[in-house]
Amino acid sequence: MHGKGLRGLSVATIVVLVGAFAIAAFYAPLDADQGFRQKIFYLHVPLAIVSLVGFIVGGLLAVQHLRSRASIWDLRSYVAIHISLILGVAVLVTGAIWAKTSWGVWWLWDEPTLVSFLIVFLLYATYTPMRFAIEDPERQARYASVFAIAGGAFVPICFGAVRAQEQEVHPQTFGSGELPGPMWLTFLVSLAGMALLFATLYRFEIETKLTRGRLRALRRRLLDDDAPVQRRSAAPTI
Amino acid sequence: MRVLAALLRKELRLELRTLESVPGMILFGVTIFVVFHFGLDRASVEGDLAAGILVVTILFAGMLGLNRLYVADEEQGGFDGFLLAPVDRTWLFVAKAGALFAYLVALELVAVPAFALLLLEPGLGQALPELLLVLALLNAGFAIIAALVGAIAVRTRARDLLGPLIALPLLIPVVIGAARLLEPLLREGGAGGLDATWLAILGLYDLVFGLLSIAVFDPLLED
Repeated sequence: MHGKGLRGLSVATIVVLVGAFAIAAFYAPLDADQGFRQKIFYLHVPLAIVSLVGFIVGGLLAVQHLRSRASIWDLRSYVAIHISLILGVAVLVTGAIWAKTSWGVWWLWDEPTLVSFLIVFLLYATYTPMRFAIEDPERQARYASVFAIAGGAFVPICFGAVRAQEQEVHPQTFGSGELPGPMWLTFLVSLAGMALLFATLYRFEIETKLTRGRLRALRRRLLDDDAPVQRRSAAPTI
Repeated sequence: MRVLAALLRKELRLELRTLESVPGMILFGVTIFVVFHFGLDRASVEGDLAAGILVVTILFAGMLGLNRLYVADEEQGGFDGFLLAPVDRTWLFVAKAGALFAYLVALELVAVPAFALLLLEPGLGQALPELLLVLALLNAGFAIIAALVGAIAVRTRARDLLGPLIALPLLIPVVIGAARLLEPLLREGGAGGLDATWLAILGLYDLVFGLLSIAVFDPLLED
């Protein structure tokens, strides 16, 4: 039975995410320096954290794939990276908007957090083309897993290396210790909402892919249809 | 160790006999200096500009080496021959990285003096040992990442495209570290010292990626 619990998860996501934006708009205090434009913080930072964690999770799922060689793990790793990549676009866009409003430019090169995110994003942007370029599904899964593991390890290393430049223009989310309580609370609720959004999208994509695979298998049995599948996605077929 | 020596000997002998990579890399590197000269319209460079040009040139010339690194193994059955031998597969990775390191040294033996001759304002003599150390760390980082990415890219349809595309983001921390370290060395009017932090970052990055590549290399060879 596919899709179990999806409805509950979707409703929870909507409630928490809408709630988070509501308290970000009405409850969280205005930032003394940045005023209203600081509110994008509650969208941008959770997106970035969830997206980066998604990349790392993709790497861990790929480890599981190389261990078990079950293609379901490859599908899970693919979906985690795919969703993170989509969230990554949103991170870059919201980051650019925030940079424009608070620093006056769309992009700032001396900014380690921005630059490392861009590097990680560029690396993962080659994940899908790489999958497309390998015909054999079994080899594609194996190579994608190696890529996902190397990439997953690269994420924290890259952030560490680039951050070593010690430029402190970017508002530091953690370690500054000066975020007042209501802001922290709002931030944590937004983070939870974004994590739920990731989980929901992840589940939806997995279930869709599995259902489509089942449908294809059934149709093949019913119609004796041996025509090769038209592939428009780099996702592994199960 | 014996396996590694044999594999490395095979790689270097193959390169000496076919001359597929190194001459092309050298020629490409020197040509890039000429391109930079006209692109920037500068007769001489120093400091951060010089560091950037040197690192980028080595990087791009090295990409040619990355693209050729596994082609003979893929097309002429080198992988099959290696898999039939009862040896640990990791050695192939180590040998490939070692071979690429040697190619890069050969490239730099020509390209760095050429750079000093064509573009660099302060001479190379002012901080030669430090320069060699930074170049060695840069080569090691490049060789490690290229040996891993090359093995992925060679079995894809668009190998010459995918190799550099995957390798470049992974190499950016190496580029940052090497460029920051080279900048004071190539400064006009006396070289500054090496920054210990960047040295540590570059060395650690090489080490971590070396271990990581060894850990994930095996599945790339199975068939």
